[in-house]
Amino acid sequence: MKVMIYKRFERFWHWTQAALIIALMVTGFEIHAVYHLFGFEQAVNLHIILAWSLIVLWAFAIFWHLTTGEWRHYIPTTEKLMAMVRYYSIGMFRDEEKPYKKSLSAKHNPLQRLAYLGFKLVISPLIWVSGLLYLFYTDWPALGLEGLRLGQVAMVHTAAAIAMLVFFIAHVYLALTGKPFYAYVKAMITGYEEIEETKTPGKNS
Amino acid sequence: MRLRRHMRIIVFPVLIGLGLAGLCHADLQTAGGDASSTADHGAFKILKREFKTAPEVTEACLSCHTEAAKQLHQTTHWTWEYKHPVTGQLLGKKHEINVFCGSLRSNYQRCTSCHIGYGWEDRDFDFSSERNVDCLVCHDTTRTYVKPSAAAGHPAYHDITRDGEIVVENDKPLRAVDLALVAQNVGRTSRFTCGNCHFYGGGADGVKHGDLDSSLIAPDKSLDVHMDAAGLDFSCATCHTAEAHDVAGSHYSMQARDEHGIDIPGRAYGGRASCESCHGTRPHPANVNNKLNDHVNKVSCQACHIPSFARGGVATKTLWDWSQATLKLKRDEAGELVLNEQGRPIRVVEYDEHGHPSYMSHKGYFEHGENVVPEYHWFDGQIRYTLLDNEIDPTETVSVNSIQGSYEDPDARIWPFKRMVGKQPYDKQTNRLLATHVYGPEDKTSLWSNYDWIKALEVGQHEAVLTGEAGQEFSGEFGFVKNEMYWPITHMVAPGKDALNCAACHAPDGRLAGLGGFYMPGRDSFPWLDRIGLIAVLGTLGGVLLHLLGRILISLRKPS
Repeated sequence: MKVMIYKRFERFWHWTQAALIIALMVTGFEIHAVYHLFGFEQAVNLHIILAWSLIVLWAFAIFWHLTTGEWRHYIPTTEKLMAMVRYYSIGMFRDEEKPYKKSLSAKHNPLQRLAYLGFKLVISPLIWVSGLLYLFYTDWPALGLEGLRLGQVAMVHTAAAIAMLVFFIAHVYLALTGKPFYAYVKAMITGYEEIEETKTPGKNS
Repeated sequence: MRLRRHMRIIVFPVLIGLGLAGLCHADLQTAGGDASSTADHGAFKILKREFKTAPEVTEACLSCHTEAAKQLHQTTHWTWEYKHPVTGQLLGKKHEINVFCGSLRSNYQRCTSCHIGYGWEDRDFDFSSERNVDCLVCHDTTRTYVKPSAAAGHPAYHDITRDGEIVVENDKPLRAVDLALVAQNVGRTSRFTCGNCHFYGGGADGVKHGDLDSSLIAPDKSLDVHMDAAGLDFSCATCHTAEAHDVAGSHYSMQARDEHGIDIPGRAYGGRASCESCHGTRPHPANVNNKLNDHVNKVSCQACHIPSFARGGVATKTLWDWSQATLKLKRDEAGELVLNEQGRPIRVVEYDEHGHPSYMSHKGYFEHGENVVPEYHWFDGQIRYTLLDNEIDPTETVSVNSIQGSYEDPDARIWPFKRMVGKQPYDKQTNRLLATHVYGPEDKTSLWSNYDWIKALEVGQHEAVLTGEAGQEFSGEFGFVKNEMYWPITHMVAPGKDALNCAACHAPDGRLAGLGGFYMPGRDSFPWLDRIGLIAVLGTLGGVLLHLLGRILISLRKPS
């Protein structure tokens, strides 16, 4: 049965965030002198604008997750976790059925839950906090942060950015493992996905 | 009055030569006849007489300006002495040594041609003398007041000629100065009068500072946005404000970081000789990337706004190797001496590809530079000098002055410097720099009269011992040590559009590549983190590609 599994705001949030993160990575790694594209100053300007945009988006997303109860989709579980690992490493090549069935009350498989939770609780806060500290470097004395070194903050920010890139690569790849390969991406665009639902779909609470 | 002014305008070109006529004509109508002045010195009876010597003029000046000489006696312009309140070092031209001509000691009448006094010919000069204060060198508006380079501060009292021709020094013909005319036309100081000494330090135009040379007499906007003769037309004194003749902005104690901001009445802080005095501490318009204003805490304005120095077409000396100063005479192919018209041998002079002297027998080997990119260092305003009684390590480059400050120092900011290098003599037994008797045409002991280093060092060092600068006489054994000297760059401020962009420094090989001790975005990274990152990213990419390959292979084997 085809149901709306990704709500309009969720889709807006996901794709806007995707665009912002890609652009932040492009400008951020230029600031890190990995390549030359916009020029340092322009890259910094763009990075700042993009960062503030992402912060605003996150503010709305956090509000949305809390008020709709969608945050529950990230509660980690060990149930079928190893089965998913086995599926990605062996089962998929044997054309086995995915051991996890998506439902409206649990739209992410246990691996996804872990990955997204890591993204939301580790990578993002690290980027966020280190990035804001980076941006407000000159205000550290006023904030009582004299002991902090810019290098430490830069190191955390860079490490988190690398983790973000790793997440991004894996995420994009796994998003293309549906049947047909674009099935998951299509669902993230249209919002609708074919799911086997035994229970009557109801409101998420 | 009008008649007299007309007379002056007519008499002038005759006096100073046709080349300068137009320039001086304009001056008489502007600077000399300063419209803001309430006194026309040409109307004062006391100045309408013949002056035989310059001190007579000073006496006339002091008859009205009774406190002027006493004020000047308190200034470093007069004392050439500065006791640094923090380092405790006794500095000033009187005590320091430099990597150019060495030291004042035993070279008085040459060095003191730039003293604001008359007659400092030896160590016994009377610093309490009021009539020996030179008012005219700063307040001349006629541009005819010239001081020959070795007259102990006196102006030219008669035409100075060599082989029948008027000698020209630093573009100025040494004609007899009409002291009455100069006295009747005194006015405010100007880039020209200050430049008389400050542009020619080290013996010629632009040699010492790099950011001060004769191109600033009438600079365009691109050379100096403030002094632009066709624009803001600041004089030196616009920023170097003076209180009781004490001029603000000495490099002996610099304010590397001015946190007082715009100096308005009630808040004034010792003059206007800092960028912040007028521009405040947040000088840039705020935008997305407000880092330019943020940088004020760690980066001096000069660091970005003076992208290079010696930009006005005058080269500055960047290297002076005294060790090669020895008499070399011009010889023809047969090895015979080449003689000049007077039948005298000719000393060897060589020039670099830009026409700047690169070798002179009496001075050694030089290098010059134009549009020089500065070196950048943390600077808290203090400079420590290596003085004649400080021990040196002759195996290392001696920092004749060293710039103080670090990233950790809240008073320090990144400043641009001219780094001057070379070699100068030191005593091999005492491991101390030596004073050289460079100049002295009469006594046959000076380096420039007989090219004998031993004699020159004996006499120079002896004088330094007599004046207390040095503790020990020259041992007789000398060598040449590599040296360096730093000159803070603060003039030749370019228009905003020419300021450095971010990437000039925020790049791995940028201008601050050599400045350690802190993390700078765009320049620095953690190589281990980058390596781990590269492995993680490539590992992930490799993993998904392998996975993809597996899927493709399987789908090919089992077409469904």
